[in-house]
Amino acid sequence: MSILIENISKHFGQFAALDHINLEIPDGELVALLGPSGCGKTTLLRIIAGLESADEGRIFLSGEDKTGHHVSRRGIGFVFQHYALFRHMTVFDNVAFGLRVKDKKERPSETDIAKKVHNLLELVQLDWLHDRFPDQLSGGQRQRIALARALAVEPSVLLLDEPFGALDASVRKDLRQWLRNLHKELHVTSIFVTHDQEEAMEVASQVVVLNKGHIEQQGAPADIYDHPANAFVSKFIGQTNVLNLNEDNVIWLKTAGIAVDDSKGNVAHIRPHDIDVKKADADSDSPVTLKDWQHLGSLIRVELYRPQDNGSGTYLFAEMPNERFKLLQLNRGDRVALHIKHAHWFNS
Amino acid sequence: MNALVQPVKQFKKEQIQHATDDPRWVRYTLISVSLSFILLFLFLPLGLVISKAFASGWQAYWDALSEPDAQAAIRLTVLAAFITVPLNTIFGLASAWAITRFEFPGKSLLTTLIDLPFSVSPVISGVIFVLLFGAQGWFGEWLIAHDIKVIFAVPGIVLATLFVTFPFVARELIPLMQEMGSEEEEAALSLGASGWTTFIKVSLPNIKWALLYGVLLCNARAMGEFGAVSVVSGHIRGITNTLPLHVETSYNEYNSVAAFAGASILAGLAIVTLVLKSFLEWKQGRRL
Repeated sequence: MSILIENISKHFGQFAALDHINLEIPDGELVALLGPSGCGKTTLLRIIAGLESADEGRIFLSGEDKTGHHVSRRGIGFVFQHYALFRHMTVFDNVAFGLRVKDKKERPSETDIAKKVHNLLELVQLDWLHDRFPDQLSGGQRQRIALARALAVEPSVLLLDEPFGALDASVRKDLRQWLRNLHKELHVTSIFVTHDQEEAMEVASQVVVLNKGHIEQQGAPADIYDHPANAFVSKFIGQTNVLNLNEDNVIWLKTAGIAVDDSKGNVAHIRPHDIDVKKADADSDSPVTLKDWQHLGSLIRVELYRPQDNGSGTYLFAEMPNERFKLLQLNRGDRVALHIKHAHWFNS
Repeated sequence: MNALVQPVKQFKKEQIQHATDDPRWVRYTLISVSLSFILLFLFLPLGLVISKAFASGWQAYWDALSEPDAQAAIRLTVLAAFITVPLNTIFGLASAWAITRFEFPGKSLLTTLIDLPFSVSPVISGVIFVLLFGAQGWFGEWLIAHDIKVIFAVPGIVLATLFVTFPFVARELIPLMQEMGSEEEEAALSLGASGWTTFIKVSLPNIKWALLYGVLLCNARAMGEFGAVSVVSGHIRGITNTLPLHVETSYNEYNSVAAFAGASILAGLAIVTLVLKSFLEWKQGRRL
């Protein structure tokens, strides 16, 4: 079911949490609302759910204006960061809750409910825990139960508020993949909130980057990474080196293969993997030295330093595959020559 | 061979001084001070009350409690508790809900005011009602004109008890509901439950032990209240004497068997309350 957010604003006192947000989410997408804390992403999600009301603007689900509808009448499923499982109910009763509170006319029989709950528990691979209480489960299991509970009422839209935020790093990795696969299976339009750009890129089919109550950019993960719309997005998504283009940098960047063009902007953002590093020839005048390096698993992150005339210097980070770094046979303090393959330009 | 297998030496457990233990004399002093204090101020009086109540034998005890004035006092005490406890349960639930779930102007004032009966002397609480509803009070003339008796009558006693006991339920619920937050309720709503269903199926089960605990304390205080009730009651035997007042009247009349028989009932109520309270605390502790 498609979601249309029209001109939504929300203030908390003087603070504008959301400032005239317009957003359209097509049917069946898995969308990440991504941004730093305090950017308004959770507020937006709660407004879509009806757990919070907007100061102005409208929410349409499947073309139907739901702005004035109570949360219980919106047909959404909501998954909370801290699971919010009913602690006095078993796993089974938690998942069955949404079915049991339906009006008599729509309520399925207990046998149908039992069948459906077990199907859902099998879907989240936790049927064997059906008679446990929430406090007997691990965080990852609780969140999967919370998801099964939300899916039980067959919501047209699934909303997840930092669903992996309270979990261990390794569990989080597993659940991300699991959520993506589940979405492929069910195709329910889903929005999840996260402050973790890696998580957004990995799970979502569409990413919406929010900052200070504005939408900075919306698009496919690869699009946003390769073509950041502005300096904020470029810095927030992935790693980047930020270089101010003063006279000093211009000359040096030219030797590194980047032609500076004033019309493009006065700040260059360079991704670490867009910098080629090699040992400088004896007669090279490259001013850059290798400071240090760190292992990031398959990649090596290289710390480069370029001293400046006024005594301060610029640090740059480059990344390259492990193998390649071994071939270069570099040591700390070696002079290196750089080749910058690509840069993004912005005006500051 | 066997000698090798045996442990080198068996230390008695209490011989080992742990790094985290306080010196023994500190422990023993503190333990004996608190135990003797409890003995002196709790068990001794309690024992005295019971022995005095039965000083003239079972029959006298039974007679003292079954005489009409004592019966009336017990009935009135139960009646006052029967009216005030449910009312204060509803008030406590409503105010705890309002304070923990809504934002509204005057919220912090309400939170402070709920504690007022704890900080005001019960006698003053009683005087307030005399000033409001007494013959010379604000509503005095109107009440006399309509032939309604509040002061020196049952309504006054109920009002005074109501005032003195209203913080108990709210006080128990507010911290618990604050700590739990409203996520479970939001989850229930998002699953299509109505507000009422959410309250019955999600909120109430989560707070039930704290609620019972508050109701229990409220009841104990409602039945045991002396100061506020004493001011508004007028001590009319058989009509406006509650059990605590009956104890006082009897004692002042040197009827010590009647006084201590009444006191033994109040003491018994206190012990039952204490046992239930420990049980509820244990229940609550296990849940959280």
